Amino acid sequence: MDHLAKLARIALTAEEKARFGGELGTILNYFDQLKTVNVDGVEPSAHAFPVYNVLREDVPGPSLDVEMLLRIAPQARDRQVVVPRVVDDEG
Amino acid sequence: MSFEYEAVIGLEIHVQLKTRSKVFAPSSYLYGGDVDPKSVEPNTLIDPVVLALPGALPVLNKAALEQSVRFGLLVGATIPPVSNWDRKNYFYPDSPKNYQLSQKDFPITIGGEVEIELPGPSRNIMGEHKVIRLNHAHLEEDVGKLSHAGAGSLVDYNRAGAPLLEIVTEPDLRSSEEAVALLNAIRMLLVAAGIADCDMEKGQMRCDANVSIRQHGETVLNTRTEMKNLNSISGVKNAIEYEFKRQIREVEAGKTIRQETRGWNAETGRTYSLRSKEDAHDYRYFPDPDLMPVQVSEADQARLAATLPERPYLRQRRYMEEFALPYTITSVLVPDRLLCEYFEAAVAAHPANPQGVANLIVNDLLRELTAAKKSGAEENSFAEENAAEEVAAVSLADCPLKAEELAGLVKLTDEGVISKQQAKDVFVEMFQTGKSAAAIVDAKGLRQSSDSGEIEKIIREVLALPSSEKPIAEFKSGNEKAINSLKGPVMKASKGKANPQVVDQVLRRLLGEL
Repeated sequence: MDHLAKLARIALTAEEKARFGGELGTILNYFDQLKTVNVDGVEPSAHAFPVYNVLREDVPGPSLDVEMLLRIAPQARDRQVVVPRVVDDEG
Repeated sequence: MSFEYEAVIGLEIHVQLKTRSKVFAPSSYLYGGDVDPKSVEPNTLIDPVVLALPGALPVLNKAALEQSVRFGLLVGATIPPVSNWDRKNYFYPDSPKNYQLSQKDFPITIGGEVEIELPGPSRNIMGEHKVIRLNHAHLEEDVGKLSHAGAGSLVDYNRAGAPLLEIVTEPDLRSSEEAVALLNAIRMLLVAAGIADCDMEKGQMRCDANVSIRQHGETVLNTRTEMKNLNSISGVKNAIEYEFKRQIREVEAGKTIRQETRGWNAETGRTYSLRSKEDAHDYRYFPDPDLMPVQVSEADQARLAATLPERPYLRQRRYMEEFALPYTITSVLVPDRLLCEYFEAAVAAHPANPQGVANLIVNDLLRELTAAKKSGAEENSFAEENAAEEVAAVSLADCPLKAEELAGLVKLTDEGVISKQQAKDVFVEMFQTGKSAAAIVDAKGLRQSSDSGEIEKIIREVLALPSSEKPIAEFKSGNEKAINSLKGPVMKASKGKANPQVVDQVLRRLLGEL
């Protein structure tokens, strides 16, 4: 639970951890049930419908107004979105 | 005691594909157009898909798919029957969706190989060639650009969603020289096929290197480190060399190499450990439900294969064998597809002398094109390592001379109508005025006379001179060289316009009749 919460950037209380832990456990059990199904000879599929090659011609469309982006950003400066400083160790 | 170590290197090469719009979004991407994307105001190449606004759905760009398949066909890769996209989940502010659309289990191309050339013992001698295997290539989206300013970081999403082909090699490289040779070979292939421009300075080609070491003769793969974002040829070379030495030092000191991601600091010339990101490497890939898989039919593959150029090293060998061109000339022609097409068009117009045609292109045409470019708009000069690019940067699109016209000049020279020395001057004038070689030769009265009747008349006059008696007698008595004492006065009498071959021919005939 701690690992998942960290990956998802969510802070959980002890109470929440217990509750979600139980719920996730139920989901995992459900997958264990699915694992018992024999799928020999069935091709792996990521989609319910056999639809392929949904493609778009390479024609550029208009850009959104930068003001729109900046309006929905928590903070903006120099026509860019401001986020907490991110750097690597030696940067 | 000290062992002899070798480096085991695999590269992950990210290449921005040459498309007009982004890979999953219609927003413009301005690749390779007249506008340098760097000069574009931040956040002006954005749309709801790029920003992952609620409800926006990605649709794959057909051109990005086709360019990826063309790459696969060019390197002899397999195009699998089905390919699909996965979400690579991680939080970083340059990615608006908190996941990157990438490919994990069913990439667009599988396998393939790239021929590389190592530096030869000198510039004019061909180096050793090797074949580097590819593992696969997958099509994904680029992220935005972060810049750091004071307490915060600024995000520009112009680059976010640009089509990125990640080419992953097998660990077949054994030195930094081989890694550099591979980058050059891939760049040459992609540029020739019009798939990408691969300008590392513009970030169109970026590279991660996986490096491990082992003792010579071993076949094991030891723990490797990954160096991220090597964004210049010298960065790739120096980072690999530094990391190779660092790992040897560690092992000799009895330490073990940790699997980790390291950064390259070009200023200090060192690699450094990035904060442990074991957690962050848990990307929780799963198939993207918004994008449907693709199937590239045999017919589409055949159609795309027909658009591919001859592979540069194959073309080089063909030029050396078919046209007997020297290595140095071919190594100038071959990286530039347009130059090759120009050369072949000129040879088609004058098939008798491919070497003469190639020499004129490589020496005279490129010189004039470079001079014309320099005197034109001010260009930033490239660093020394990009000297090869500077030649490639000269565009034949600006060339005022048609290949057939250039061939016409070589033909006039070969036929002895003008001398090689005269041809150089005529070429410069052709380039400047756009006139044909024949027009310039006629206007300047340079045409050598091949009219054997006229030449015969001049020769008869010269042979009748008293000063010719001695050389005639010497030639008749078997002194072959004496004929030169007769040719000089003939050429002089013709004011240098007589075709030397015709003079020789007629002179021998007339001497035989005496």
